[in-house]
Amino acid sequence: MTPPISEIWVYLSASPLLGLTLTLLAYQGAFWFYKRSGMNPLANPVLIAVAILVLLLTLTATSYETYFAGAQFVHFLLGPATVALAVPLYTQFRRVRSLLLPVLVGLVAGSLTAALSAIAVARLFGASLATQLSLAPKSVTTPIAMGIAERIGGIPSLTAVLVIITGILGAVGARYIFDAMRIRDPAIRGFAIGVASHGIGTARAFQVGEQAGAFAALAMGLNGALTALLLPLVLGWVR
Amino acid sequence: MLSALTQLLVFQLAGEIVARWLALPVPGPVLGMLFLFVALALRGGPGDELQSTSQNLLQHLSLLFVPAGVGIMVHLHRVADEWLPLLLSLVISTAATLVVTALVMKLLMPARTMPGETP
Repeated sequence: MTPPISEIWVYLSASPLLGLTLTLLAYQGAFWFYKRSGMNPLANPVLIAVAILVLLLTLTATSYETYFAGAQFVHFLLGPATVALAVPLYTQFRRVRSLLLPVLVGLVAGSLTAALSAIAVARLFGASLATQLSLAPKSVTTPIAMGIAERIGGIPSLTAVLVIITGILGAVGARYIFDAMRIRDPAIRGFAIGVASHGIGTARAFQVGEQAGAFAALAMGLNGALTALLLPLVLGWVR
Repeated sequence: MLSALTQLLVFQLAGEIVARWLALPVPGPVLGMLFLFVALALRGGPGDELQSTSQNLLQHLSLLFVPAGVGIMVHLHRVADEWLPLLLSLVISTAATLVVTALVMKLLMPARTMPGETP
């Protein structure tokens, strides 16, 4: 006895296939547009793909859980991709080693600026304390940022949203800031974007070039570790 | 491709285990990246396969952030109450971080390194 086709379809479309396929289609559409724009940062593919999918899910009243059941297979690849960052880092290591001082001082300065300026501006405009603390780790890659938020008294799920918005802001805006500052060295551009906007910034840096990508990856890893260690201490002094 | 992907997963797994075991504040994959880096240094570089697989994976790193990005729709209401201070804080702080990091690095750059020079 073979089941009717409709039953097979219900089984298949129940979740994984649809979410996964839609993610790939939306991203490829967004990437096509990004390439056609000459990789203009304003046409950031993450931003466009997310907008398409949110619109689609809202219009069809599909829950995020249903979508994620399929999209999780893409999400999972973040782990091995993070590990793979070691390869460009190795390839570019001679330059990294020659720039140890600017890298380390830039890291500390950038890391503190990211957390303290976020708190200061939010406080200035009257955000609640929990919101200020949720903002503090916004430049750090999501899993570390959520852990930090929890430890210092922020709201981890709010932090997760802020981290992603920060990533997109950095990926979209960095080029204009660096150009205005007349900074052309891909090592500096990559490293600064990695400190300010973690993986989404790093993804943008890799699209520009391997050296910028390697420095962004380095910055993302170092800033995650440093912020996790430093931020709870610094907040203790500031309070 | 298959053996390269397996290597990446093995290093990620090692990273997860060590991170949990020692209760480190660093996620497993970041530690896995460190382990792979050390392995590459000992081995004298990635083979062709690992090189091309990681290049393929990283070329579309943006794709991997899309599922988490769509998650914004679930938590967007958290942003609604205080959207103005949040927006100002994110924009100003992200710009400030880019400027400060880049400026500090530029000031400390060794004189002989030409911009854009590949080692």
